[in-house]
Amino acid sequence: MEETRIGVFVCRCGTNIGGFLDVPALVDYVKGLPFVVFSQENMYTCSETGLTEIKSAIVEKRLNRVVVASCTPRTHEPLFRSVCKEAGLNPYLFEFVNIRDQCSWVHMQEPEAATEKAKDLIRMGVARAKLLEPQEEIEVGVIPSALVIGGGIAGMTCALSLGDRGFEVILVEREKELGGHLKNLHKLFPIQEDASKLIERKRMDIAKNRNIEVLTSAKVEGINGFFGNFDGTVKQKGKDIPFKAGVIIVATGAEEFKPIGMYGYDGVKVVTQLELERILSEDRLSVKNIVMIQCVGARNEERNYCSKVCCMTALKNAMRILEENPESQIFILYRDMQTYGTFNEDFYRKAREKGVIFVKYSLQKPPVVNKRLVRVFDEFLGEELHLPYDLIVLSTPMIAHPDSDELAKMLKVPIDEYGFFLEAHVKLKPLDFATDGVYLCGSAHWPSTVSESIAQAYGAASRASIPLSRRHVITEPIIAAVDEEKCIGCGLCEIICPFKSIRIEESPNGRIANTIVASCKGCGVCGAACPQKAITMNHFTDEQMLAEVVALTTER
Amino acid sequence: MIVESRKVVMVIGGGIAGIQAAIDLGDMGIKVHLIEKTPSIGGRMAQLDKTFPTNDCSICILAPKMAECFRHPNVTLHTYSEVKEVLGVKGDFSVKVLKKARYVKEAECVGCGDCSAKCPVRVPNEFDFGMRRRGVIYLPYLQAVPMVMTIDRDNCLYLTKGVCKICEKVCTREAIDFEQKDTEIDLNVGAIVVATGFDPFDPTGLSEYGYKRYKNVITALEYERLVCASGPSGGHLIRPSDRKPAEKIAFIQCVGSRDVKNNPYCSTVCCMHSTKEAVLAKEHDSNVQSYVFYMDMRAVGKGFQGYVTRSEEEYGIKYVRGRVAKITEDLERNPIIWCEESDSPTAVKTKVDLAVLATSLIPRRGMEELSKILEIELDAYGFIKTASLEPFDSSREGIFVCGCCREPVDIPESVAQASGAAARAAEIVAGGFS
Repeated sequence: MEETRIGVFVCRCGTNIGGFLDVPALVDYVKGLPFVVFSQENMYTCSETGLTEIKSAIVEKRLNRVVVASCTPRTHEPLFRSVCKEAGLNPYLFEFVNIRDQCSWVHMQEPEAATEKAKDLIRMGVARAKLLEPQEEIEVGVIPSALVIGGGIAGMTCALSLGDRGFEVILVEREKELGGHLKNLHKLFPIQEDASKLIERKRMDIAKNRNIEVLTSAKVEGINGFFGNFDGTVKQKGKDIPFKAGVIIVATGAEEFKPIGMYGYDGVKVVTQLELERILSEDRLSVKNIVMIQCVGARNEERNYCSKVCCMTALKNAMRILEENPESQIFILYRDMQTYGTFNEDFYRKAREKGVIFVKYSLQKPPVVNKRLVRVFDEFLGEELHLPYDLIVLSTPMIAHPDSDELAKMLKVPIDEYGFFLEAHVKLKPLDFATDGVYLCGSAHWPSTVSESIAQAYGAASRASIPLSRRHVITEPIIAAVDEEKCIGCGLCEIICPFKSIRIEESPNGRIANTIVASCKGCGVCGAACPQKAITMNHFTDEQMLAEVVALTTER
Repeated sequence: MIVESRKVVMVIGGGIAGIQAAIDLGDMGIKVHLIEKTPSIGGRMAQLDKTFPTNDCSICILAPKMAECFRHPNVTLHTYSEVKEVLGVKGDFSVKVLKKARYVKEAECVGCGDCSAKCPVRVPNEFDFGMRRRGVIYLPYLQAVPMVMTIDRDNCLYLTKGVCKICEKVCTREAIDFEQKDTEIDLNVGAIVVATGFDPFDPTGLSEYGYKRYKNVITALEYERLVCASGPSGGHLIRPSDRKPAEKIAFIQCVGSRDVKNNPYCSTVCCMHSTKEAVLAKEHDSNVQSYVFYMDMRAVGKGFQGYVTRSEEEYGIKYVRGRVAKITEDLERNPIIWCEESDSPTAVKTKVDLAVLATSLIPRRGMEELSKILEIELDAYGFIKTASLEPFDSSREGIFVCGCCREPVDIPESVAQASGAAARAAEIVAGGFS
């Protein structure tokens, strides 16, 4: 048997690790661990220098196991694995030890104890590395079609982009017609085009595109399968329609918060911005004094977020009203005007020039509405204003769609504290879910303007088109392996598998559990439950895990 | 049938947007030429210390992307290169790219830095805004990609005066090549993605803030370098005048932005980066007291408002609403912030150790020249004009735009847009897949 030769790289991560842990001491300590033949520190192991050093150490020191003690496997494990692969080492002979997120960052105040903990962590990693075995990656075919859930502007744009590139798309919309919230909008910001024209154009393009199948009045009922090979049913008018898709895009949008019981909201004299849009599009606005109140039900304790689009909506509608009826008097009561960017800020300036009056109020002193007047404490003047009104318009936030929870469970993807879908990485993976093959765009992710929804829809189309173009995906071989000799076919694993990824099959040797490699997530539930200990988790065997525990409890 | 040579896209700009666009296109099986003007990809994100609202270390999450881009079999990197000519139409552009001589053989150099250490001429380094000096032969920063030295021809003794060549003697790999010439590369591409990013606005002209006149008035990007572990002070939050720890810090918003005399638009990211920078100061030293002087607190993105609330409640950051009128300096070189708070009628003077200016994001220098080469229109502010309902389409068919060169945006928005522009480009070059 080949002699085990472990190389350990300890990363300073600038001062993220190096500022708190005694990195030279760690490198020194590592030298004394069994089977470690090489160790060094790097300023940044992930820099080209660091990576080159790993590669040359693999070759020159004949390493057959590599341990990197650094930031987090979430962002960096794929990189280090691929570097091992480039140097001819099986990527599963690489072990990651997290000494930043789980050590230096959380123990900043106790550098000495943290250094001791890092020693423990590295010792455990080295013990596990000794027992690692090479694994072969699994290639799975991808069904070249996409399921787009939600037929608003985001879903329509995404479907069209994919359809135009020749991928088959199933576009599912719960309402009778495509269009989503655009159907309720009058004009679009800031270009003042009719929303209906945009919907019409997209609908026509979709109708012409032979790759797109549209299912309206339809709801996704069940989703099974896995990345590249999803299947399930869509319920349409009582009928079950089966679908198959390689990827899924969530574009289900959001809802407008209804301010029941706030500021005398009655839908007649006190309305929401969305209701005002309808009044405007039906051309039945005939009042002069209008007061708009921003942040109604937003940026407060219950909903501590800015809904992003409401300031622009208020500006757009105010300008529209002034254009139709220059005699109108419009007050916008706001806390902070959220006109970020170039267009939006320009529009805000134009609105002031046009005569819209902006009054700043604070969360502590919100406006008070009575039958005749809005009383508001103007923060700039330091005085209370009494504003007579004919119509009050409340700018309320977008809130997550009530169905999103159910859909999230079906897709096994997370939602955030406000019910919006949660992306894989806040900074660098804004349109992907942590679940492979499922993508996200538009207001289902976070309140977005029409233009931003379109932008994100193209982005999600791009992300989704990658596996569709490649026609196959590589999945990690970290899956349950069944020992046919030991398996008695009891079926316990099949019952408890949360991913429906192991099932009992008839074989010449009798009933035996079989793993569906492409969908197995390697969670280990089956392995823990198996009464025969017939199931081993590849890359996380009992021996490997126990070696870590033993290493932890054996003081050195 | 698509001609094979046209299944190629050129991406201009190697910041996070350009990197993401190149990786997405490459992953779709489309060949990409990524053109970057400076010696390394990475762009502005590489200069940031942490990112909001998660306080993720910026270079730590960027570096794997840079490496992925560099190693991508479908992506060819052209660093230290500029686009000089674009002829043709959507689906069939002929492009001339000027690859500037580094005077270093890319295949030989490993970026060890021995040459730089021995270089007798030291000049201010661009990456740290001159807060540190570099050799004339240099690596822009530690994680640069490619990891190759570059000789700055304007300051090199040999190239300007014909003497020195110390680097050549020091280099054990014989990687220095003073005979290297600028070369022209011809590319045939089907679509172009422009992702040239932004420059920070130079506030020297706004004399009321005293930038450059007062040592302890710095810009936000300079502050990012200052608090960064790999930065000029090794991550110690010290003020430039006397290198003493800064314990009272003022963050001044809208410097150059929302200002009709300079940049009338909102730069979008500054409310959040100042909040983050104030949080970082507190994390560096729990005695720090920070003030943010602002007009409107624009925390529109996911998790942003919660971040601002936390910064107030947990980190004790004080938000002062009001546009700063001027900054003066006392005898100890402490900046004094003059501001009329909007909710009280009196002007308040706040003495601090360090003042940080949140300057506008403006289009990259050279944007106008590039727009002429690309024959695309710019907006009133010099950003690339795009249609609102086709947000990536420039005025010339087949040329798409993403990131801060179309409007100031934060990192996730840049990344999302980069993917979106990649989709638009792919619709042209890879159309009709089945």
